[in-house]
Amino acid sequence: MTELAQNLIDGLGRGSIYALLALGVAVVFGVMHLLNFAHGELITVGGYVALWTLGAGWSWYIVTPLIVLSAVLTSLAIERVAFSRVRGSSDFTLLLTSFGVHFVISAIFLLYVSASVKPFDRPSWVTNTYSVGPLNIEVYDTVVIVVTVLTLIGTTLLLQRTMFGLSLRAAAADFDTARLMGVRSDTVIRGAFALSGLLAGIAGVFWLMRAGSISPSAGITPMLKGVLAALIGGLGSLRGAVIGGLVLGLAEVLLRSRLPDSIASLTEGVVFLLIALLFIFRPQGLVTVKHAVRV
Amino acid sequence: MLEVEGLTARYGSIAALRGAALSVGSGEVVGLIGPNGAGKTTLLSSIAGLLSPAEGRVTFEGKDITGRSPEQLLRSGVALVPEHRRIFADLTVEENLRIGGVTVPAAKRAELLDEMAERFVVLKEKWDVPAGYLSGGEAQQLAIGRALMSAPRLLMMDEPSLGLAPVLVDLVFELIGTLRDQGRTLLVVEQNAARMLEVSDRAYVLRSGEVVASGTGRELSQRDDLFDTFVGSVVAPDEGLPAAGSPVANGAGGGTA
Repeated sequence: MTELAQNLIDGLGRGSIYALLALGVAVVFGVMHLLNFAHGELITVGGYVALWTLGAGWSWYIVTPLIVLSAVLTSLAIERVAFSRVRGSSDFTLLLTSFGVHFVISAIFLLYVSASVKPFDRPSWVTNTYSVGPLNIEVYDTVVIVVTVLTLIGTTLLLQRTMFGLSLRAAAADFDTARLMGVRSDTVIRGAFALSGLLAGIAGVFWLMRAGSISPSAGITPMLKGVLAALIGGLGSLRGAVIGGLVLGLAEVLLRSRLPDSIASLTEGVVFLLIALLFIFRPQGLVTVKHAVRV
Repeated sequence: MLEVEGLTARYGSIAALRGAALSVGSGEVVGLIGPNGAGKTTLLSSIAGLLSPAEGRVTFEGKDITGRSPEQLLRSGVALVPEHRRIFADLTVEENLRIGGVTVPAAKRAELLDEMAERFVVLKEKWDVPAGYLSGGEAQQLAIGRALMSAPRLLMMDEPSLGLAPVLVDLVFELIGTLRDQGRTLLVVEQNAARMLEVSDRAYVLRSGEVVASGTGRELSQRDDLFDTFVGSVVAPDEGLPAAGSPVANGAGGGTA
């Protein structure tokens, strides 16, 4: 029982990061039908910002907002330079463009910075733990869960209470009709990329704090986790993205602790197998997105 | 107020609209009628900026609005109630209305929301209900209310009675009549020609992408050569038939017997 509770806390910590990543993927997918495989590059850029600023002796308290800011600006720049030019194109074209952006950003760091993994200092508290009864809880997991909950509350308020949020939700449901209502496509798409960047930046801070290093290909894993979680939740559903992230995080931790030692290293493979099974029985993901209007 | 000259639109190599022309004066209710595939929706979509016309010109209040995007057009004062209503199913009734007022200042939006609550009592009762749960008639009222939230000077409607039960069709035409009485300017695409002619000041008949006739409801309903247009347009035999004795009514009776 204690082990299960411990796993749940660990899984929620991990899943929270995935939820933030998936939410960023889902926000952009909602307005552009773009499954953004360049999403992980926002963390790569943030990682190099961390590498250079921490290397210059700056503290994590200053570096943290810089990572978030760099992710937002990178997200907006990617939209401006690449995705705005293929707006309205087929899903396949958008997908290829996102792969192209992913490879270009990786190649820039590979060519002009370094191909090797560069370490940087992690905050001292990342590995600290505290006990609650028989449970040994990481400070890191606690901070991740609390910040994620606050971020999700803020995002919910933004989406529910502001005209921008309402425009974003309307555009995600039916982009053409939202335009008919006067929603500015530029504003809503750039807003979606900015929000996506913000969420990736927050997730990136925690990802980088844990990793303590950066390389040109560092964005691949967080991108895969974010895209997978968004798919599990039901692509296009913001609520589903959060659920998908938490489910993925919990599944990874629970499987890793439950699988026999001999196949524990295959945890990721087993997770993919489970996801494949999910899509066989429920191809729309966990949450069904309703776009159809009953007449 | 609205002038359309020589509008041509194509889907690939097929011309869906061939040099269509029409005008709508301030405070007028103008119908656009014709059989299926006549190009009515294409014409409305071309005016609304949903389609780029290949040729022709659209002016609104003297300004050229040809090829403007839908959001630009709305900001110019032209709103569209799209075919099939296209309400946002996951948003509540109140949110659907609020998004309709995205282009107006917050204070004005609040005023308009109150006005819509007063005008559409049935919607007020379902203010916080997701719009996907509304009936067809309620959804149509919501679609019209949502368009009115932008305080348009010209309101265009695309097939507002399409797919509705007869009693709800009555409701929609009553609503159009009320808007007309309030001095609103309307351009309405409608297959139910007979009902449309009852509520419109003037109408244009479209056939194979061309405007083939125009005039008041009375003038059009007395033209024998438009008989097939009307027969093809009347949705149900027991609703909205033209007045007894008119050529349309006589023709419809004979044609369907």
